[in-house]
Amino acid sequence: MDWRQALIAIRSIAALSLLTGLVYPLAVTGIARVLFPRQADGTLIEQDGKVVGSALIGQRFSAPCYFWGRPSATTPPYNAGSSSGSNLGPTNPDLLKAVAERAKALRQADPGHRAPVPVDLVTASGSGLDPEISLAAARYQAARVASARGLKIGEVMEVVARHTRGRFLGVLGEPGVNVLELNLDLDRRKPGGTR
Amino acid sequence: MNANNLLQGAIYIAVFLACVKPLGAYMAEIYEGRVPRPVRWLLPLERGLYRLCGVDPAEEMSWQNYAVAKLLFNAAGLFALYALQRLQHLLPLNPMKMAAVSPDSSFNTAVSFATNTNWQGYGGETTMSYLTQMLGLTVQNFVSAAGGMAVMAALIRGFVRRQSATVGNFWTDMIRGVVYILLPLSAVLAVILVSQGVVQTLKPYAAASVIEIAQDSRGKPMAGQTIALGPAASQISIKQLGTNGGGFFNANSAHPFENPTPLSNFLEMESLVLIAAALCFTFGKMVGDVRQGWALLAAMTLIFVPMLWLCVASEQKGNPAFDALGVDQRPTIEQPGGNMEGKETRLGIASSAIWATATTSVSNGSVNSMHDSFTPLGGLVPMALMQLSEVVYGGVGSGLYGMLLYAVVAVFLAGLMVGRTPEYLGKKIESFEMKMASIGILVSPACALLGTAVAVACAAGRAGVSNPGPHGFSEILYAFSSGANNNGSAFAGLNANTPFYNVTIGLAMFFGRYWIAVPVLAMAGSLARKKFVPESSGTLPTHTPLFIVFLVGIVVMVGALTFFPALALGPIAEHLLMIGKGA
Repeated sequence: MDWRQALIAIRSIAALSLLTGLVYPLAVTGIARVLFPRQADGTLIEQDGKVVGSALIGQRFSAPCYFWGRPSATTPPYNAGSSSGSNLGPTNPDLLKAVAERAKALRQADPGHRAPVPVDLVTASGSGLDPEISLAAARYQAARVASARGLKIGEVMEVVARHTRGRFLGVLGEPGVNVLELNLDLDRRKPGGTR
Repeated sequence: MNANNLLQGAIYIAVFLACVKPLGAYMAEIYEGRVPRPVRWLLPLERGLYRLCGVDPAEEMSWQNYAVAKLLFNAAGLFALYALQRLQHLLPLNPMKMAAVSPDSSFNTAVSFATNTNWQGYGGETTMSYLTQMLGLTVQNFVSAAGGMAVMAALIRGFVRRQSATVGNFWTDMIRGVVYILLPLSAVLAVILVSQGVVQTLKPYAAASVIEIAQDSRGKPMAGQTIALGPAASQISIKQLGTNGGGFFNANSAHPFENPTPLSNFLEMESLVLIAAALCFTFGKMVGDVRQGWALLAAMTLIFVPMLWLCVASEQKGNPAFDALGVDQRPTIEQPGGNMEGKETRLGIASSAIWATATTSVSNGSVNSMHDSFTPLGGLVPMALMQLSEVVYGGVGSGLYGMLLYAVVAVFLAGLMVGRTPEYLGKKIESFEMKMASIGILVSPACALLGTAVAVACAAGRAGVSNPGPHGFSEILYAFSSGANNNGSAFAGLNANTPFYNVTIGLAMFFGRYWIAVPVLAMAGSLARKKFVPESSGTLPTHTPLFIVFLVGIVVMVGALTFFPALALGPIAEHLLMIGKGA
């Protein structure tokens, strides 16, 4: 046993812990606090003085007058204190059952609608907290939301467009519609009355 | 496959390849002991650390001393991280009152982070206090990466030095790696990530009153949403750069607070491969022939590209069973389509599949989608890349030294074919080097397959499986492949936070790291002692396309011979079942 090296090992882990475990994260916290205070604290959305959610964290919606987000595999759904995906394999019967049930619920909420359901509306997101849906998923639900609120589809799609984010530089990632911000905007324009 | 998928893949590869030369040259300066002008201001920090730690920077070490220093340092770190988890309930910066972590989970996590694996049996936001995340996990993210790079530097010196008894100084290599490479890059990346929405705060979790009030299972209204926060950005940047991969949150980089936008995703994805790829150039530069580095990088990229193609194409094709359910999986201008189970909207197919391929090539192991829910062939790609011993870019340092083991085997086999004593970079490859290379190459497959076999044979192992059929076997195979190769990603349906898996995967990670690092250092010591053999007409050139293809062949052949039977029982069987049902 090399005692001198052992002592260096202990002193090194202590010194590097101080540097990379306290000085570094606290310095980044300080810089973040100054430059990007809203993002550092979770991009929270306040309404009438109280926090109603985060722009980056989805919420569960099931009323016809709201756009619904991605299915969430957390318990309960959209549990932002314990993120997780379903981890169901592609050939697992439970996955196929869940997808079939979600498609059925969507069709029941809008009986006249016969088009195939966009895949992101019936599959659970990776985090269980996905704040967005695809544009196709928003278009699929627009008629239901419009009729529940007494709006025209065109008016609803205009609001959707306002909350649609494109790809980065037109290439990277995928476009998405922020469900919480969209629903809050709709409520401000014309309340759906199911609060 | 569609045009955007191709474009995203091409941009991804082009950007990190463009960074290889500048970053690689910079790192060569660092490991050769110079301090480039732009980072001179960090010199007092380096010197201060030597004083605090009692390091004599002029001291040179034999390979044995180098290995002992590394192991002692890892042991000290392991103990500190274990203690921190066990005592976190008594310590400050624990706003959510997290309890002490169980002994077996603490052991697993300590080994996991000290070996640069970052396998996670726990869920971050439900288990770890802010102090543990910072002072325990973030620290190991830095030092385990710097330790891997140090071993790499020692091996390079083995090739460079002639008739020398020493291979460098572990303490200076490790500390310089942290101070000049990892810390500056991480700090910059962390601040950019915060700008995108990654959280960085010491405040307790936020309470939100949600818009639509749901009812719980007993019909009681649930108005609130607790939103987990924490000092995440500072850890996420180093988890990507240091090929660590351990998420701050349970969902890792699928979590919107860990990876909120396509831009944050792109940066995290580039940074996970950046250093590992650039080290190839560092190697070439330090051995005095950059073509040698480019040759290794080319071999890695030749394996990477087809695997990337297979993963993206399989995921884009989607799940044939969904078609009968009236689900639209076609890619259009308004949706990515494809297999979206376990994937985030902002990332879709291309960004998720590129990440899955990259994170398992690179021994990073962070995820931005749930690999367990990939199509069988889409999930085969990350599994197979780990089973190739993480040498396609690989972990920072460990990937390149792994690839060099294969290069040594390749020149040896080529030498056998023509009946000459093999040499690599002017050093004769003899029986001692071959023994060390063989041990290094065989340890991780042995751990992966034996671990899988034990788990399949035990009730405690089978109990963790969450999906039926061949997919359940894939979950176990993936877990041990990931642990033994220090990747850390998972088919996360496997319930691995049990004493059985915490201990067995903990051991696989331990052997998979040190039983490779120590033979590599032994080889470094043996090479350093040798004389330089000048190139002659009979020398096999190791920078030519011929050698590159030969090297790729060796890597793929060793991997395929070792793992094909196991893969046939898991993902391949599942794929056949899936398409059989669709027909």
